Amino acid sequence: MEIKWYIGLSVALFCTGIIGVLTRRNSIVVFMCIELMLNAVNLLLVAFSKMHAASALAQLTPAVVSDAQIFVFFIMVVAAAEVSVGLAIIIMLYRNTHSADINFLNRLNN
Amino acid sequence: MSITEILFWGLSFLALFSAIMVVASKSPVHSILFLIVVFFAISGHYILLNAQFLAIVNIIVYAGAIMVLFLFVVMLMNLNAESEPKKNRILQFAGLISGGCLFLVLISAIIKSVSANNLVQMGGGDYGLIKNLGIVLFKDYVIPFEISSVLFLSAIIGTVVIGKKAE
Repeated sequence: MEIKWYIGLSVALFCTGIIGVLTRRNSIVVFMCIELMLNAVNLLLVAFSKMHAASALAQLTPAVVSDAQIFVFFIMVVAAAEVSVGLAIIIMLYRNTHSADINFLNRLNN
Repeated sequence: MSITEILFWGLSFLALFSAIMVVASKSPVHSILFLIVVFFAISGHYILLNAQFLAIVNIIVYAGAIMVLFLFVVMLMNLNAESEPKKNRILQFAGLISGGCLFLVLISAIIKSVSANNLVQMGGGDYGLIKNLGIVLFKDYVIPFEISSVLFLSAIIGTVVIGKKAE
């Protein structure tokens, strides 16, 4: 499979996430679109690592392929920590305003 | 068309359709369920690329833990399609146009820069197996691995402090 199809798929998923962030006001959906963008980047990292594996195999040079997959692993670690804190903030928003509207986030600064 | 290409296109269309439905569906619960479908499709892509550890971790961490957390929060907040806040038409249209412009710019910039003989190795290569990743993780990346435990500790403390009822 050529790398351009993976780039196209990842860019399409990323832009779908961006459109979601720009057009939705429900804070949970905005948060999910951020997760979608993170996953698009993860997919592209893994695809590039396997592209390096193919080119190193063709030129008979040793490949450093596992590093990108370790990066993806750490991105998942950071995303898990980020989700727990973010959802706590959204719960606090709901407790204070009885709505998940992202425009009410400025009411938290009392 | 080989079986790998058929699987690639099937998973890609599934991922794209579900991603669009995440943005387009009215109810947050439907968005969460479609996002789980996206994560499973991306895990399928990882398996096609022979990154088996990442595929399993993606299912366990994202589709298992994170999305259950999202579902619990939506359940606690009693959100439904009627109480959904909406942006006005012009802002939605502007967001759609700007996202589409970003898509076109990125695609047209990147497609010219990659040559057609940059092939991705489908299957084969045991770089993504747990044994090799574990050796790299605990040999070269052991300090970031330990620091991530501090990150998790701070995330736990932060969540408890934020979620505590203010008296």
